[in-house]
Amino acid sequence: MSQKVLLNSKEVHIILHRLACQLIEKHLDFSSTVLIGLQPRGKYLAERIAQLLRDEYQVNDIRLGFLDITFFRDDFRRGDKPLEANKTQIDFLVEDQKVVFIDDVLYTGRSINAALTAIQSFGRPSEVELLTLIDRRFSRHLPIQPDYRGRQVDAINQEKVKVCWMENEGEDAVYLVTQH
Amino acid sequence: MSELSVNHLLGIKYLKEEDIQLIFETADHFKEVINRPIKKVPSLRDITIANIFFENSTRTKLSFELAQKRLSADVISFSAAQSSVKKGETLIDTVNNILAMKVDMVVMRHSHPGAAYFLSQHVKASIVNAGDGAHEHPTQALLDSYSIRERLGDVAGKKVVIVGDILHSRVALSNIFALQMQGAEVRVCGPKTLIPKYVESLGVKVESNLRQALEWCDVANMLRIQNERLDVTYFPSTREYVQQFGLTQELLNSLNKEIVIMHPGPINRGVEITSEVADGPHSVILDQVENGVAVRMAVIYLLASKIK
Repeated sequence: MSQKVLLNSKEVHIILHRLACQLIEKHLDFSSTVLIGLQPRGKYLAERIAQLLRDEYQVNDIRLGFLDITFFRDDFRRGDKPLEANKTQIDFLVEDQKVVFIDDVLYTGRSINAALTAIQSFGRPSEVELLTLIDRRFSRHLPIQPDYRGRQVDAINQEKVKVCWMENEGEDAVYLVTQH
Repeated sequence: MSELSVNHLLGIKYLKEEDIQLIFETADHFKEVINRPIKKVPSLRDITIANIFFENSTRTKLSFELAQKRLSADVISFSAAQSSVKKGETLIDTVNNILAMKVDMVVMRHSHPGAAYFLSQHVKASIVNAGDGAHEHPTQALLDSYSIRERLGDVAGKKVVIVGDILHSRVALSNIFALQMQGAEVRVCGPKTLIPKYVESLGVKVESNLRQALEWCDVANMLRIQNERLDVTYFPSTREYVQQFGLTQELLNSLNKEIVIMHPGPINRGVEITSEVADGPHSVILDQVENGVAVRMAVIYLLASKIK
């Protein structure tokens, strides 16, 4: 197994600031916008973006939730490993709100497809957007594209994109891992 | 652990402690789901489940059906009264006929102990025991433990007394297995004639005085007298039973501590428990019913994930 750095800590920070600014440009005061981090890995990115918006850009009243899509996935009983659920925590209704899904890596688009179904349990959003840190090009199974992307990456199927966060792995970085 | 060690839920005694914890953790997620504005997930949209009830049931049958529907499974339900069982068909034939219609899972209640186990040996489907005679009622015991865990934080180390007709109760036996597996201490209390002879061999102490039992316990699980199963007279009169083993508010007030009151239903108000206690603040009876759906969703989801 070998790994190559796609983004180092500094690059991750610059990208997070850019993504936060792009969100402000579109959503201004976030009065009718909610951020939804997709469990398990999108949670960290969503928390970071929300924190930046609050601390650096003085956007108060950010509504942040976490959505687990395990029970909405289309590969139940089809994979080798059993699916493990994570906590869903959405303390607000998304009826008539602009929802921004936040996930670390966009690959086949199937998770986002499941998330689009799952979010309907919490109401009918007026609009849904997608923010991802890494967009793996040419690997989509579905017609799904991000509205905000950190970095576009060309990776073949045997390769894996690993996103590390300070609070979890001890550093902010993105690696491209090749299995041999 | 993310997978059950069993392919059927036949009884608590076939489970491991880790299985119970996995069911509870999964039930936590489903409890969140059933409190959403839209209480449904599509996980089991390609699974068909047959609910076969050879014995009457309201709560358990409804709870199973709701759990299955909230998981988006296709459900067929039938009760023996309207079936060909009355025309002399055997259990295996009945079930195999249902399975020929491409059914993946069978939830069965039957009056014979071991009926679910027997079925699991003879048909190709995942079997869930919804009560077999006076043997086991595993989902009830799971939801009881889940409700204790919810109210008291943990089951381990808690003291639980089961009061009433222990002899004819599948709820009592499954509860004893489940609670002991999780590290709780269990005692039973009731008329001597309704306590099984060998219950002490399970490590369960027998109390004949309700007040003493209540002074000892953290949780009291009140069972109903199963009149339909009493073939001979086990105690002189209902009135005498009420005087000795009925739970009243005065009795609760006279204890120097608070205890959690449970009842698997159906309640015979004024017999094993008064209305005041059943509807009072210490009662978790309706929480048990709500938790029943979440726990059954977890059991069905986890078993379905093992169907290949």
